[in-house]
Amino acid sequence: MTSIYERFRDSIRSEVPVALATLIEGPEVGAKLLIEESGVSLGSLGGEALDRVVSRDAIAMLEAGVSQVRHYGPEGEARQQELSVFIECHARRPHLVIFGAVDFTRALASQGKLLGFRVTVCDAREVFATRRRFPMADEVVVDWPDRLLERIGSDLGPRDAVCVLTHDAKFDIPAIVGALPTRVGYLGAMGSRQTHQRRVERLLEEGVTPSELERVRSPIGLDIGGRTPEETAVSIVAEIIAIRTGRSAPSLSEGKGSIH
Amino acid sequence: MDEIFDDIERWFASGEKVAIARVVDIEGSGPRDPGAAMAVNARGEVAGSVSGGCVEGAVVGEAIELLEGRRKAGITSFGYSDDEAFAVGLTCGGTIHLFIEELDW
Repeated sequence: MTSIYERFRDSIRSEVPVALATLIEGPEVGAKLLIEESGVSLGSLGGEALDRVVSRDAIAMLEAGVSQVRHYGPEGEARQQELSVFIECHARRPHLVIFGAVDFTRALASQGKLLGFRVTVCDAREVFATRRRFPMADEVVVDWPDRLLERIGSDLGPRDAVCVLTHDAKFDIPAIVGALPTRVGYLGAMGSRQTHQRRVERLLEEGVTPSELERVRSPIGLDIGGRTPEETAVSIVAEIIAIRTGRSAPSLSEGKGSIH
Repeated sequence: MDEIFDDIERWFASGEKVAIARVVDIEGSGPRDPGAAMAVNARGEVAGSVSGGCVEGAVVGEAIELLEGRRKAGITSFGYSDDEAFAVGLTCGGTIHLFIEELDW
């Protein structure tokens, strides 16, 4: 029979979202319950009612990708403190979708991988969007941005990012228009202020509202003076992190307060 | 967690017992978030980490005590090193709470 550890290990290795609940304070310290996204579970924390409540909480936490200690009563009652359960969540990797198979894309795809993103590179031009040019990407898709977003848009969420690096209205506009209705947490588009001004006019003509436009980060990235594709990639991923954490991203040395 | 499985597998394959320490909670600044894990075998070999290197040495000691039956599974906390309550500490001023247990589940 598969042990909880083996099931946990195999889920993480094959990137199946999984939560592991461990009783860390209470009568049976060390008791375990493994919970999958579908609600299937293995093991027990010591009682059916408790297992049911913890499973429900774990599934909600899996979506957000947070791990934390929760407190319960002996039967899983909320607002009681007798039991402490550590719920460790291994969520799906966040997704970075890069439109445009250009030189900057290579550096951004590598940075994305470094940060643990699943990276998709998409360009409609098949001579550019090749595996050989982007060996670090998880997928290279030859298609139009709006068509890719039609397929995957509903899976994008707050931890995911869309970066539009094409610089060409023909691709930029459908990519941005296609990404705006999704729940994606970060949407950035490369280009100078002048390029973006022209792009804004086109987007307004397409029926995008000014409040939707506020979601589009352009010029893309933080103001760190990056020039090369590699430096620009650092400035973009830094902005992605800052948006996710809700920080304004000045230098740590110029601020006060906790650094985490 | 993923990165420590290879070592754990190797230790299990040679019949060794393994302890696992996981960050379950942090107060203030802490270098690693809840879920960060470190595995230790009875010979004191380590895979993974639970801090920026500040408390790993002490965790190895706790893990070996556990594997030798001299302590039970449970929560161990490390705080700021100037605090007399903590022999080993985090230089960043935070407190981390670890759950240490044998990997026998």
